[in-house]
Amino acid sequence: MGKEPKIKIRVVNLHKSFGDNHVLRGVDLDVREGESMVVIGGSGSGKTVLIKCIIGLMEPDEGKIYVDDLEITSLSEKRKNEVRKKFGMLFQWGALFDSMTVWENVGFGLRHQTHLKDEEIKRIAIEKLALVGLRNIENLMPSELSGGMKKRVSLARAIATEPEILLYDEPTTGIDPIMADAINDLIIQMREKLHVTSIAITHDMKSAYKIGDRIAMLFQGRIIEVGTPEEIRNSSNPIVQQFIEGRSEGPIKIIDPSLLTLPPGPRRGARYWMEREHFQEVIEDEKKEV
Amino acid sequence: MNFFQQVGYYTVRFVEESGRILILFLETLAWTFRPPLQGKEILKQMEVVGVRSFPVVVITAAFTGMVLALQSFTGFKRFGAETMVGTVVALSMTRELGPVLTGLMVTGRVGSAMAAELGTMRVTEQIDALTTLATNPVKFLIVPRFLASTIMIPILVIFADIIGILGGYLVSVQILGTNPTLYLRRTWDYLELEDLYSGLLKAIFFGMIIATISCYQGFSAEGGAEGVGRATTKAVVMSSLMILISNYIITAFII
Repeated sequence: MGKEPKIKIRVVNLHKSFGDNHVLRGVDLDVREGESMVVIGGSGSGKTVLIKCIIGLMEPDEGKIYVDDLEITSLSEKRKNEVRKKFGMLFQWGALFDSMTVWENVGFGLRHQTHLKDEEIKRIAIEKLALVGLRNIENLMPSELSGGMKKRVSLARAIATEPEILLYDEPTTGIDPIMADAINDLIIQMREKLHVTSIAITHDMKSAYKIGDRIAMLFQGRIIEVGTPEEIRNSSNPIVQQFIEGRSEGPIKIIDPSLLTLPPGPRRGARYWMEREHFQEVIEDEKKEV
Repeated sequence: MNFFQQVGYYTVRFVEESGRILILFLETLAWTFRPPLQGKEILKQMEVVGVRSFPVVVITAAFTGMVLALQSFTGFKRFGAETMVGTVVALSMTRELGPVLTGLMVTGRVGSAMAAELGTMRVTEQIDALTTLATNPVKFLIVPRFLASTIMIPILVIFADIIGILGGYLVSVQILGTNPTLYLRRTWDYLELEDLYSGLLKAIFFGMIIATISCYQGFSAEGGAEGVGRATTKAVVMSSLMILISNYIITAFII
């Protein structure tokens, strides 16, 4: 060991609000080169917002993000696009382009970033599909695939341009446990074979323990703990303990869902906005109690 | 919220949305002139907007020309000006009804489809996926639709004009018994190139309006299937209203 590994991605004091909803309230996170970082946290804790800020799909209100020591939030859209070529992203539901065949999806980045010929792109696409364990599906349309297959194709698309960084948005959500484990294995393979740095966000603890070199917990817009899976398991923080054990009682308060239900009737107009304000007050109070 | 808050809220929202649409329009224009040209995608959209809208536009124009001839004949007969029917049909079709009706029909057919398609892509994160693959969604998705509408709607309008005039001719000659030579004469004598140009100018604006508003609504869809449905409705209503409003403004400027 000896030498400190290089920091690939550094997030400093990141803030992001949507209207009155202050989702990220000062996130600090370092991801080392070649490591697999897993960010855990409840639904609505801002995990997705965090990775969308990192890849530049959302603009943070405040704070800095460094990729290879280059600050990216202040870059022009054109320079941001250059940085994005270092990234690949696996979306929660795959986000495959449904007007294109599987191989056109996988080869999309190659077609638009390189000058390769169609046959060459198709050859690479088939190769990447094989890497994620899929064969003879390159001419199908995305609508003909199952949920797990879509995720694999999406992964193949993400790795097609050989990015240095992979982002996984809930890689195991919405697929059966066996397929989920297969996806976990793939993520580990990607790290070992392609030596990529990766950030995965998930609330699936089994997956987090399996794929993470380190795990960070996001709670109320901040990272409250970072550590190896072993350290997280033995954490003394009651919030972390409650989350990893999946208990409904503890410091994390579940807001009574009946309070969050909007009134019946149209989702627009004066009545809606009046009631919405009222509910937001209730939610704010709940948050204060926590 | 009380009454004044509501007025304020809707005013702010209206101004905000107008600004966003304008920004998207300028962004689209900027990307239009930046290479590479996506020839294949543009041709595909031209087929969707132009070729496939052709039957609808033909039927609309034919029946409009026909009913125009019938109505103006009834009116003109009262003061013995039946021979002027050809002039009225030609002027109404080229200056007004050709572009407006084509614009409205294409909004219903194409604007709704654009909003629904892009809206679905938005809510299923396909537009985000484009960005992560270092492809600009405005360049890749909006520019081809924008160009296709702006080019194909004027072409559709030319066909609508011709077929409308033809419809009027058939009704006048076959049903109302007007002298065919006289009818055509009255059409050609009073029709000027300017009438055709003003209609085509309108058509170009309508093409830009339909594509910009429909794509904007699609891009800003949120909240699943319901959101896509809402975006589609908004696209059609807003484009149609904008066509009618801008039609008046353009006409006022031309005259």
